[in-house]
Amino acid sequence: MASEQDKLLEEVTNREYQYGFHSDIEMDVLPKGLSEEVVAEISRRKGEPEFMLEYRLKAYRNWLKMKVPDWAHLKINEIDFQDIIYYAAPKKKPRLDSMDDVDPELRATFDKLGIPLDEQKILSGIAVDAIIDSVSVKTTFRETLAEKGIIFCSMSEAIKEHSDLVKKYLGSVVPPEDNYFAALNTAVFSDGSFVYIPKGVRCPMELSSYFRINTMNTGQFERTLIIAEEDSYVSYLEGCTAPMRDENQLHAAVVEIVALERAEVKYSTVQNWYPGDKEGKGGIYNFVTKRGLCKGDYSKISWTQVETGSAITWKYPSCVLMGNNSVGEFYSVALTNNFQQADTGTKMIHLGKNTRSLIVSKGISAGRSQNSYRGLVKVSKNADNARNFSQCDSMLLGDKCGAHTFPYLEINNNTAKVEHEATTSKIGEDQIFYCNQRGINTEDAVGLIVNGYVKEVINQLPMEFAVEAQKLLQISLEGSVG
Amino acid sequence: MNISEQDIGFIKLFDSNRSFIEEHASPVVNAEREKAYAAFSAKGMPRPKTEAYKYTNLLPWFKAEHTQAFSLNGEWERVVESFQCNVNELDSYTIYTVNGRYCDSGKNGTLPDGIVVGSFAELSKEYPELMEKHYGSLADVESDGFVALNSMFAIDGVFVYVPKNKVLEKPLQIINILSGDRDLMINQRNLIVVEENAQARVLFCDHTASNMRFVVNSVTEGFVAESGMLDFYNLQNQHNGTVMLGGYYFDQESRSLLNANYFTLHTGITRNNIYARLNGAKAENHVSGLYVIDKNQHVDNFTFIDHAVADCESNELFKGVMDDASTGAFTGRIMVAPDAQRTNAYQSNNNLLLTNSAKINTRPQLEIYADDVKCSHGATVGQLDEEAMFYLRARGISKEEANILLMFAFAYQVIEKINVPALKDQIRELVEKRFRGELDKCDSCVVCGQIGVQQLQTESR
Amino acid sequence: MLKIRNLRAVIDGKEILRGINLDIKAGEIHAIMGPNGSGKSTLAAVLAGNEAFEVIEGSVEFNGKDLLDMSPEDRAREGLFLSFQYPVEIPGVSMTNFLRTALNEQKKYRGEEILSASDFLKLMRDRKKLVDMDSDLTNRSVNEGFSGGEKKKNEIFQMAMLNPGLAILDETDSGLDIDALRVVANGVNKLRRPDNATILITHYQRLLDYIVPDKVHVLFKGQIVKSAGKELAVELEKNGYDWIKQEMEA
Ligand SMILES: Nc1ncnc2c1ncn2[C@@H]1O[C@H](COP(=O)(O)OP(=O)(O)O)[C@@H](O)[C@H]1O
Ligand SMILES: [Mg+2]
Repeated sequence: MASEQDKLLEEVTNREYQYGFHSDIEMDVLPKGLSEEVVAEISRRKGEPEFMLEYRLKAYRNWLKMKVPDWAHLKINEIDFQDIIYYAAPKKKPRLDSMDDVDPELRATFDKLGIPLDEQKILSGIAVDAIIDSVSVKTTFRETLAEKGIIFCSMSEAIKEHSDLVKKYLGSVVPPEDNYFAALNTAVFSDGSFVYIPKGVRCPMELSSYFRINTMNTGQFERTLIIAEEDSYVSYLEGCTAPMRDENQLHAAVVEIVALERAEVKYSTVQNWYPGDKEGKGGIYNFVTKRGLCKGDYSKISWTQVETGSAITWKYPSCVLMGNNSVGEFYSVALTNNFQQADTGTKMIHLGKNTRSLIVSKGISAGRSQNSYRGLVKVSKNADNARNFSQCDSMLLGDKCGAHTFPYLEINNNTAKVEHEATTSKIGEDQIFYCNQRGINTEDAVGLIVNGYVKEVINQLPMEFAVEAQKLLQISLEGSVG
Repeated sequence: MNISEQDIGFIKLFDSNRSFIEEHASPVVNAEREKAYAAFSAKGMPRPKTEAYKYTNLLPWFKAEHTQAFSLNGEWERVVESFQCNVNELDSYTIYTVNGRYCDSGKNGTLPDGIVVGSFAELSKEYPELMEKHYGSLADVESDGFVALNSMFAIDGVFVYVPKNKVLEKPLQIINILSGDRDLMINQRNLIVVEENAQARVLFCDHTASNMRFVVNSVTEGFVAESGMLDFYNLQNQHNGTVMLGGYYFDQESRSLLNANYFTLHTGITRNNIYARLNGAKAENHVSGLYVIDKNQHVDNFTFIDHAVADCESNELFKGVMDDASTGAFTGRIMVAPDAQRTNAYQSNNNLLLTNSAKINTRPQLEIYADDVKCSHGATVGQLDEEAMFYLRARGISKEEANILLMFAFAYQVIEKINVPALKDQIRELVEKRFRGELDKCDSCVVCGQIGVQQLQTESR
Repeated sequence: MLKIRNLRAVIDGKEILRGINLDIKAGEIHAIMGPNGSGKSTLAAVLAGNEAFEVIEGSVEFNGKDLLDMSPEDRAREGLFLSFQYPVEIPGVSMTNFLRTALNEQKKYRGEEILSASDFLKLMRDRKKLVDMDSDLTNRSVNEGFSGGEKKKNEIFQMAMLNPGLAILDETDSGLDIDALRVVANGVNKLRRPDNATILITHYQRLLDYIVPDKVHVLFKGQIVKSAGKELAVELEKNGYDWIKQEMEA
């Protein structure tokens, strides 16, 4: 069986990245490098109000004083921040209200990715904000949403048209000095999505951003802000891909969510950035800060992520449970193969009373990859009756990879109930054998078993994404039995 | 990294006492000292931000200004004469150390034939190659600045040697007494060698016998050779002014068995660094601990089980009860090396907080580089099981009594692991009394029923 | 002995008991039957004082005292015994220590003399015989590692030790083989006196072959919808609960 497994393993490591094409879109690009001038130029090109420029410059100056974090279980090649393009936008500026104005090449790109921008073609009722390199190119279904008072637009637009909201909430969850990559993002972010759900409104459709890095040597620094007013509900999805390139590209995004009283926000990610080739060459460095603030009582924020891409993932979608009776959830599948490295998990910060959090993390390591769960559950002194349950499982496929678990439980209240469980094991040979005996080949059996293993997380995704995520896992995994 | 003023203080202290220290130590200890000196000069003590010491900052106490125990030159050893540590009916061989020094008080009973216990100074003459082979080989001066500090100042210590095929029937009890009329800093060193097929049970009882502040930096290395067995018990029972850093480093060869148990029933600040390397196939490792603390006490158990080879098993259980404003911490790192296939490693850490000022930080960690493994860890913080509580009350048992029963049951799962019946009974009784509030929390002599500090001081006047 | 009036109880905002009325006199045996999820265990738990459930209305009188006003332990000391449907395992608490504590607290409460250690052990031995319990089980922790059947036997053994005025047996028969069932039934019958009473919560007529009830009640969606003599149990066994449901919905 061993040699057959080796063969299968080889097969999977040879599989090509499906989204690795590059599109010829004419771009407006700033020269490489970072300085106060570049920061100012980004702000100028985007026609931002003065407060944003100040805000960016302050973050930039802070960033200069900070150091790349080294505590994660990651080997990161030194990043030359002067060798990165911080701004690239498609030349043919799309006018957002008409599909006809979008560069046909660009439309073709998104069609190829399976993200049709044409509203007529969208059957599933998902509103999409498509972002290429640094700029939002098209937001669909805006009018439908506007009828309910929902704002779904690019961050650039929001800064200009909803500057009160932006001023009030931008940086309120992830302050500019929060960490190295958040500071960098604040200084140079070029676009992203902005969502505002008014009081009492249940968003009638899934909102979605689709991110794509296209231009060589660019970094992508998008910024997302979601505000859910009292008694509102929204489900938000993001997906990402990038072309295959030999050098590493940087993606340093920031996502902030604010949920007011009884509001509920579901945030789902299917991350499929280019992971690098089978030798570990190239691939995206994915350093992302995502944090939600359950500001109001009875609010709820739920993160679901399926992480299959990127050469390096450094990402801890977190919940600050400030409101009494607020709820935080984190569901994660992280799959690493070849030379990928992932250090991902969550933080649940219990501040309010009767707050609850749930963590379900499923790691899958194959090839020579390293996959770590890192999480913090903190219960502060005044957070009476806090509850947390964490389940972190790791599955190993092959004997050259690593699977690690680093939870931190910091409990300062005696009415807290916190439970963490973790297991690490190999995929069950007896399960594979059982499938074999029923006539299912090993490759399919692994797919079946892995799908069962991650089901609890996948079930959290909206239907359309669940199917995509399952396919993605299958593609990344077929045959990689260790 | 630049070293701090505090580190430089220790280096200066060392420089000015070096000839005295080296004169009184054996060549092996001095050879290791060279390495330690170099390591400490380069790195100093771990900073508070260091991940490994995140939850315990020892720097406020580790100061060169303290009187160093080595300079006392045995001054307080007569304290042994009036000291009693009687684990009820415990039939054991007893050895004493005072302020880190092996103490030949005449109270030491005769050991069975072939089993050797003594000071480094003495035994390194008889067994130079044993000392050389083991001393400093596990406690790495490069990896922890406190080990470097210890190795820099180490002079003597207790050497336990159980040769091939020898079985030490009775437990060996090593009573570590801290005493003196001024604040003291102590660097203690111990070495335990259990050879092929040999068996021993070793019990460390840590006591304080006067009311001064004691800062202890102790390093114990234990080696269990093929098919050897070592039961190691550490009973910590020191007064609130004690700062105890205990490093316990074990190596296990094929088919060896190690049970290591840590009971902290009273202390000021305790940090245990417990490291075990499973270095031969089929080695079995059980590390457990119970900490029951109150007032401002602090206990941090930092454990690292290193599965270096295939086919080993480890099982770890730590439980803590934090009362008043005490704080507990636990780190349980399990590492499975590449190719350490068919490893089974389990760990769990459970905590009860009794007041809203008590705190616990726990971080279980799995670091796994082999695939054919079964590893798990669990950590809990919480109250007593509500269902069990209801069951007891539905049988007519009062809430208070049910509380005590369940708290005791919680602790009992660790106590249960003790393989010395007299010791087990003693600890069981003590812990139950403790939960019933029948023991004065301030009494520094909860474990062995030794004469209390106050009493001792009046007597010695 | 027991008088339940319009008892309503909720959990997580869901109303499980929706107005229960029931009278039990000394010397009687009542059987409560009903489909899964109808609230039988909830009724037992509420009577025993499980704080997870909230009583929102109604009263329960037990030997003339207000039961709902008492803590779970006082209810037990007053002579109410619940044989749990799922007895919990309590590692680290020995059976002997547990039972001695329970018995002594009961005696203290009633102002009776506490048993000496040897009398206690004698009583244990005696009662173990009554339920044919393996000696070894009492040397272990409470229910720890007991099989399903052993747990049920252990409940009856505890009942024999504590000698309650009112025993509520929640599905004590389920999961038992025929021999164990006989043992449990024997135990109950032997402990029967004119001054005590029993509530049998069960699914099956089977147990009622051995313990003959004076009354049979059917609990459905949190209410007692039918009460009759023992012939009702036979009818339920034959026809299931569907006809009751139909009757209810009609
Ligand atoms: N702890 C609980 N939390 C929420 N619902 C419960 C709980 N316990 C019981 N229930 C619900 O109460 C109903 C009655 O349950 P139960 O009394 O156990 O039924 P029975 O014993 O008749 O089978 C069921 O619908 C069950 O789901
Ligand atoms: Mg039931």
